[in-house]
Amino acid sequence: MNDAPEPLLRARNLVKEFATGGAGLFGRSARFRAVDDVSLEVRTGETLALVGESGSGKSTTARLIARLLDTTGGSIEFAGREVHRLSGKALHAFRGEVQVIFQDPYSSLNPKHSVERIVTAPLVYQRRRIPGGARDFTKELMERVGLNPDHSARFPSQFSGGQAQRIGIARALAVGPKLIIADEAVSALDVSVQAQVINLLRGLQEEEGFSYLFIAHDLAVVRQIATRVAVMNGGRIVEEGERDQVFGAPRDEYTKKLLSAIPRINPEWDARRRENERARRAREQEAAL
Amino acid sequence: MSETPRDTENLLRVRDLTVGFHTAAGQVDVVKQLDFDLARGGALGIVGESGSGKSMTSLAIMGLLPKGASRSGSIEFDGTELTTLPERAMRSIRGDRIAMIFQDPLSSLNPYYTVGTQIAEAYRSHRSGVTRRQARKVAIEAMERVHIRDAARRVDHYPHQFSGGMRQRVMIAMTLSMEPELIIADEPTTALDVTVQAQILDLLAEIRSDTGAGLILITHDLAVVSQVTDHLVVMRDGDLVEQGAAEQIFTDPQRDYTRMLLDAVPRIDDEIGLLRTLTAPTAEEES
Repeated sequence: MNDAPEPLLRARNLVKEFATGGAGLFGRSARFRAVDDVSLEVRTGETLALVGESGSGKSTTARLIARLLDTTGGSIEFAGREVHRLSGKALHAFRGEVQVIFQDPYSSLNPKHSVERIVTAPLVYQRRRIPGGARDFTKELMERVGLNPDHSARFPSQFSGGQAQRIGIARALAVGPKLIIADEAVSALDVSVQAQVINLLRGLQEEEGFSYLFIAHDLAVVRQIATRVAVMNGGRIVEEGERDQVFGAPRDEYTKKLLSAIPRINPEWDARRRENERARRAREQEAAL
Repeated sequence: MSETPRDTENLLRVRDLTVGFHTAAGQVDVVKQLDFDLARGGALGIVGESGSGKSMTSLAIMGLLPKGASRSGSIEFDGTELTTLPERAMRSIRGDRIAMIFQDPLSSLNPYYTVGTQIAEAYRSHRSGVTRRQARKVAIEAMERVHIRDAARRVDHYPHQFSGGMRQRVMIAMTLSMEPELIIADEPTTALDVTVQAQILDLLAEIRSDTGAGLILITHDLAVVSQVTDHLVVMRDGDLVEQGAAEQIFTDPQRDYTRMLLDAVPRIDDEIGLLRTLTAPTAEEES
């Protein structure tokens, strides 16, 4: 998949400044540089994880790439076209090809709309024909993300947090995107549900071959899903590389500090647990015979 | 388990604790017949996912359950039965002998008063005859103990002038000034960045070894709990799933739910594969 010379997404020297107010009559307003000269690439079929702590600029970078915010400087090319110059039909097409999944599923799903209406909304907005009709199309998507297709007429509040996030994923899939930006998409989920959603996200990518830009603060989660990792701190990318290089042999001091701060379950305990688990299974099998 | 009138080994002894709410659909129990002990100087982790009842358990101990909640069973703290204690007597224990640290320090601090004033007033409300000047000194010392640099100056700052991690230090300083025998920390690092979390966990460990206070850590994070506590209570949907020494639960869990929970935690230093989840949907995923 990665033999295409041109990456799907290429951001160069991105800058985003926000006015922080307090400007005098003749003075220039104070500005805060949230994103400071960020360059990154996402190739077809891969997952680039953008990690960092709060205020690192990772979410702002994602919003610039999704064109939910205007840039102060730099360029973003998606499939060879400059994103912030798109208009009309081309912008419409971009909105279909790049989908965003947010952290809080409830606040990003219209509470007054049924699953069917939510999931088909991107197609309606794109003025596209819904293949097989809205009802069947929704049911098929629900099945793919592990939801009961009989619940297509239900409303977001009737679903748990994990299920609601699956609705958000179904909506993203509806338009056949090339890039899905997941902004802390599994951060608010319970650990057992989080594991299911991570498995789902990985499985869908294998089937569809789309790319993820995966924004997260949790490095252990990132390690499960990333192809490459870019670490942000203070608006800049301080280190970027293949997943195993960043986790196994980090070069940047901040990356090292971040990795060493992660609370771990004692690996020796994990090893003993696996040993006990094997012994227990063996006993159970013996008993069953 | 002998029925002695006074438990000298355990700081806290919880038996048959049930917390319920009256709803239109009838009585709903969110904590069901919970039994556990906390040894003197021990650290107990209560872990579970959302809706497990772990936070309601801590509020039940503090006598801070929301309106409409009912509590039954026994909570014995240093030999005193808390469930039958009049509110007036409970007030002298709460915040003084049992202190609580919450997830969001900003909502526990008053934005209109300096942190020094708040630590000092909390101290004075529990210690009669303490002058403002003395209480201020206590506040500065407590802030120094939680490693807030330049405490003598920072004591006059307002909560918004502190970062999230520093605010949590202020909250810990407030609880420390009382020299509590039991600290209940409910997701104390969940809202914090990982590098700040590590510092706060170190601080909690340091306080434990310095003061000998008991600690109950309520969290959803198994990795955090594995580093801090020596005993573990695993809860799910208000039920106690299993309890025991931390090492025993992490190395030889007896229940499928605990095994699943341990398998679902993504590791930073383990093989990458399909994260094992329950074959049956979890309660949260059921409709």
